[in-house]
Amino acid sequence: MNTYFTDTGYLLLRHLRTTMRIPIWIAVTLIQPVIWLTIYGQLFRRVVEIPGFGADSYIQFLTPGVVIMTALFGSAWSGMGIIEDLSEGVMDRMLATPVNRAAIISARVLHAALTVTVQSVIILLFGMLLGARVAGGIPGFLAILLLGSTLGAGMSALSNGLALVTRREETLIAVVNFFGLPLTFLSTAFMAADLMPGWIRTLARANPVNWAVIASRDAMLGRNWGGIAGSAAMLAGFVLAAVWVSTQAFKAYRRSS
Amino acid sequence: MEAAIFCENLEKTYRSGTKGAKGIKGIKALAGVSFSVRPGEIFGLLGPNGAGKSTTVRILATLTRPDGGTASVAGCDVMEDPVGVRLRIGFVAQASGVDKWGTGRENLTLQAHLMRVPPAEVPARVKSLLDRVNLTEAADRVVKTYSGGMKRRLDLAMGLVNEPSVLFLDEPTTGLDPETRAALWQDLKRLRQERNLAVLLTTHYLEEADQLCDRLAIVDHGKVVVEGTPAELKARISGDTVALDLGDAGDAARMAALIAPLPGVLQATAEETRVTARVQQGATAMPALITAVERAGVTVRSSTMSRPSLDDVYLYHTGRRFHGEGGSQVRDHAAGQLPDPLAEPKSADKPAGKKGAEARQ
Repeated sequence: MNTYFTDTGYLLLRHLRTTMRIPIWIAVTLIQPVIWLTIYGQLFRRVVEIPGFGADSYIQFLTPGVVIMTALFGSAWSGMGIIEDLSEGVMDRMLATPVNRAAIISARVLHAALTVTVQSVIILLFGMLLGARVAGGIPGFLAILLLGSTLGAGMSALSNGLALVTRREETLIAVVNFFGLPLTFLSTAFMAADLMPGWIRTLARANPVNWAVIASRDAMLGRNWGGIAGSAAMLAGFVLAAVWVSTQAFKAYRRSS
Repeated sequence: MEAAIFCENLEKTYRSGTKGAKGIKGIKALAGVSFSVRPGEIFGLLGPNGAGKSTTVRILATLTRPDGGTASVAGCDVMEDPVGVRLRIGFVAQASGVDKWGTGRENLTLQAHLMRVPPAEVPARVKSLLDRVNLTEAADRVVKTYSGGMKRRLDLAMGLVNEPSVLFLDEPTTGLDPETRAALWQDLKRLRQERNLAVLLTTHYLEEADQLCDRLAIVDHGKVVVEGTPAELKARISGDTVALDLGDAGDAARMAALIAPLPGVLQATAEETRVTARVQQGATAMPALITAVERAGVTVRSSTMSRPSLDDVYLYHTGRRFHGEGGSQVRDHAAGQLPDPLAEPKSADKPAGKKGAEARQ
């Protein structure tokens, strides 16, 4: 257990360093929210006028949605790093050391959560610049960061699990592309729940992305704190399940290699 | 003295689809590999691609579990006490395994932590290793900017960070220029002496095996076919080698069959347009062989004679020439299709060598 925490720390440091050294990543992180918020914000600005939409400002409605969407996509690619480690022999070298096995996955999941947090701060600040008001104040702001990073942690665990099973970048890219957008659109990220077709509303209820979107929006508006806590608990359950899946995938990888 | 590496009857079968390219249905990678390495010894594993060298190393480095047999490394059983093994070994894989986005110093520091070097000692240990492999100047550059030789030197340093008693090197000098290779050999020899380090290396270079290894084993079809010091192995295949170039592959195959039963000839093989014969006395056999071939109506274009080399040892035990760097496939196949008459002298001759190998184990 002792080695679990120290090893997670050592490996997390490595992942953070890598992120900082790939400038394209920083650029994408800064540019993407700008694109999402300006384009979607302008494009759908008038949907709030639809009777029953239930929001006054679309940018205020949209910002938490974009935070969660970025959290989803940012962390869904997390498995690419582990595939690189497999193909370059880094994983073999690590597995030939006494490194705590669980720390290998944990460090990647934690890295995804931290990355999402930084991205979320940037998006939220930019959203505020465009006129989105964080009515929930600092607690609301922090709650959104927590919800985004929790979803990110779970998605990253699933992505790493999938990477360890398929061991191919192409497969991971295909799966992320296949599930990423449906998961986003089967949520209230862009559209109010009341205006969704019934079947989408039903599907959305089982979608962790939607739990995070609804709770983030509540946090943005500073309402329904009990509901936010409930969603956070469900997301924590999702993370636990996802980590269990990736741990099993890692065990299967080590058995078969 | 306790063996640094001991393995007996290691077996491993890769199940279908689980190992990418290697995972063709139930591939038997190891069919009972046995050998041992003493402390302070450099031991080489030689063999064609897919012979089971890498699988053996992976089992000994606890990266994969054997299906059968036993193995211990540095006194720890690989199945019972893998952590004990990991603490005492250095592992340098063919695919280097350094983090290209980290600097040399960062890579070594992380490796030192994971290898449980006491944290207070890590900076000094890293510094002295960087010095030793001559990377002090490049220590704070990202590995992505390193040359092939620098990367390999870093790999070696990574494998030494815990002051291991056993070092595994999977094709350590592949792709290195001759100077860097020679320097690495020097390093290994020095380490063996200074620290009584046992080294298990696989290599694609016979020259390397010959010059660097105290002992070596030739692995073929998942088994050790022969084991010994390079000198022993060369001495065990008695006689000289006479090679005749006939300029035609068909002629070469026919003449190999013709030559094989002649007195004084121990073995004859055709390889492309050449016939290679192992003979008791090169000086007297050469004219006799040339006469025999010319009498059969085939012209000898050129002839050479040599003392046995490790290449001859390899040919003798696997029936194939050794070719470096994985480009061997095509020619291996050609050699695998030796005409039948050749099989006889070879198999009649082989048991002696085989028995020798078994007796040693």
